[in-house]
Amino acid sequence: MLTIKNLHASVDGTPILRGINLEVKAGEVHAIMGPNGSGKSTLASVLAGREEYEVTEGEVIFQGKDLLEMAPEDRAREGVFLAFQYPVEIPGVSSTNFLRTALNQVREYRGQEPLDAVKFLSLMKEKMKLVEIDQKLLSRSLNEGFSGGEKKRNEIFQMAMLEPTLSILDETDSGLDIDALRIVSNGVNQLKSDKNATIVVTHYQRLLDYIVPDYVHVLYKGRIVKSGTKELALELEEKGYDWIKEEVDSATV
Amino acid sequence: MSKDNQILEEFTSKEYEHGWSVNYEADEAPIGLNEEIIRWISAKKEEPEWLLEWRLKAFRTWKTMEEPEWANIHYPKVDFQKLRYYSAPKQTKKPKSLNEVDPELLAIYERLGISLNEQKRLQGIAVDAVLDSVSVATTFKDTLGKLGIIFCSFSEAVKEHPELVKKYLGSVVPMTDNYYAALNSAVFSDGSFCYIPKGVRCPMELSTYFRINAANTGQFERTLIVAEDESYVSYLEGCTAPQRDENQLHAAVVEIYAAAHAEVKYSTVQNWFPGDKEGKGGIYNFVTKRGICAGDHSKISWTQVETGSAVTWKYPSCILKGDNSVGEFYSVAVTNNMQQADTGTKMIHIGKNTKSRIVSKGISAGKSQNSYRGQVQVMKRATNARNFSQCDSLLMGDRCGAHTFPYIDIQNPTAKVEHEATTSKIGEDQIFYCNQRGIDTEDAVALIVNGYAKEVLNQLPMEFAVEAQKLLALTLEGSVG
Repeated sequence: MLTIKNLHASVDGTPILRGINLEVKAGEVHAIMGPNGSGKSTLASVLAGREEYEVTEGEVIFQGKDLLEMAPEDRAREGVFLAFQYPVEIPGVSSTNFLRTALNQVREYRGQEPLDAVKFLSLMKEKMKLVEIDQKLLSRSLNEGFSGGEKKRNEIFQMAMLEPTLSILDETDSGLDIDALRIVSNGVNQLKSDKNATIVVTHYQRLLDYIVPDYVHVLYKGRIVKSGTKELALELEEKGYDWIKEEVDSATV
Repeated sequence: MSKDNQILEEFTSKEYEHGWSVNYEADEAPIGLNEEIIRWISAKKEEPEWLLEWRLKAFRTWKTMEEPEWANIHYPKVDFQKLRYYSAPKQTKKPKSLNEVDPELLAIYERLGISLNEQKRLQGIAVDAVLDSVSVATTFKDTLGKLGIIFCSFSEAVKEHPELVKKYLGSVVPMTDNYYAALNSAVFSDGSFCYIPKGVRCPMELSTYFRINAANTGQFERTLIVAEDESYVSYLEGCTAPQRDENQLHAAVVEIYAAAHAEVKYSTVQNWFPGDKEGKGGIYNFVTKRGICAGDHSKISWTQVETGSAVTWKYPSCILKGDNSVGEFYSVAVTNNMQQADTGTKMIHIGKNTKSRIVSKGISAGKSQNSYRGQVQVMKRATNARNFSQCDSLLMGDRCGAHTFPYIDIQNPTAKVEHEATTSKIGEDQIFYCNQRGIDTEDAVALIVNGYAKEVLNQLPMEFAVEAQKLLALTLEGSVG
């Protein structure tokens, strides 16, 4: 589904990603871990098409198409979803209105009829259950005055509504208490199928107790320096990142 | 180059939708301004002597006045001698009903999306259609007449209800109030008149649709709304003009009188031609709008959506004379390209327990300049006056300007006046967030801007609110790549 080959990206001339290779197949969950500043969030942003990041080398093929050639909105319409680490507030625009605009643009791109108000609301009601989100929250301005947990739940709710093929969760666990973490993870797990894939970007192993990955990759200095199964995450939890840093740093000296 | 700059480089603005004009045979005054012209206009309209005298007095005062220069707007001065002060489509005889109105004139309004055919209108909105200097048609006059409501062109009111016109004309905006009001008083040609009798709740929205068609012609209309005790009316005003290379002047006066327990809602969606991208052409919109809450417990509410005009100079105001009276001002002013707007309100608290609320949302894009100018004045006997003002500015790009000039003058120690102001930019983060959900940039901007202006748009009657939302999106189309 997704093939990343030798991906290099920089911000204001400073290289952040220095040769990422990754293959994600339908039905898989990949966890990207790594110490602060290793490039995890950059990778998520580059895949979503954020403009500040300049891709200097490499390619990303998503379902046979060159992802890097596409505008951010087209990537979304093709089925790439990014759950933001810091969801953005849009005053005066309700989540409902926002999502309806988004969903109908996605549908139009895919040659589907727009959903009318009734169908949209019933779809919303169905998906709301997944993340135990309250309708009142959805009629409020998007993310404005939401608690950290509410924002993240709203991200997963949007994901449920848009039914992406590839979901990238960028530090979705940050700022969540244990109950919110359980709810958010439940939502993500229920959305999993053999047709879609998930990339979970996280600093901590904690989230991976709930969203169990098939593969764990450790990112350090802009490269994937170690890959393994979920046991790797447990090892990191126990020993921290220093041993990996040492391994890598001594090898490059 | 930052994204914002790049966006501005890609700046293209949508053509103004209502920029067309129509050729019709016109009855015109000679170009220029002098007492003869004023007599000519007055005679043309078969006005009584007192009104001619009133006009001449206004004109004589105007000649001694100077064009105001305190506003944050810059434009080449208007040569008042080069304008035409009266232009009316020639009609062989005065139409007695809508059926007799020249179909060509009705077609102009059809093209603007304003149907003057009563049967065709789905919703209850009565329209007075003003083309250049005259009112061409007023709908639903009979329906309204049964309730004692008078809704007609100003000229007709002068003929049919001279006592009312004489009583209220200039009572809220004195003829010598300011430079443009004095000019308007001297040369005004038509406009709407509306009278709601005691205890009557007007069952439909009343509206005036102003259209400038002729070239080199100023439009000087006058609107007078009188709401007697315990009455209610909601009034709408819409405006468009053809796209012309030269600037055109629109200097209107609106007066509202609200008696005890009366409520008047006045909404404007102003879409005059704003000039082209380089700032050539467009309407100078120099308008005086004022209402007086004369009776206790009366309420006047102004809502304006200002998207057009090259230069706007406009401060819809409330004089809160009656005790417990309420004044409101809700405004969205959008400027793009080279547009300039200096707009706001005045709330003058005279009565006890008077309340006012000001919500102003400015949106600036391109190289435009957008200023809010507001005055809150609490007089000595206005015990327990309350004011809340909120002035927000939204900037798009880094070549436009937003300015806020609040003036507060408090003469009673019990007054409570609050002022909040914010300035923000449409964030790349917000746009990217929308993009990431599949929303393209144009729609993202429309969504964000409409959200920002929501509090004001919510004040508009439903049909108008939808139009205003589209207009906001259209005005800003192309302002972000």
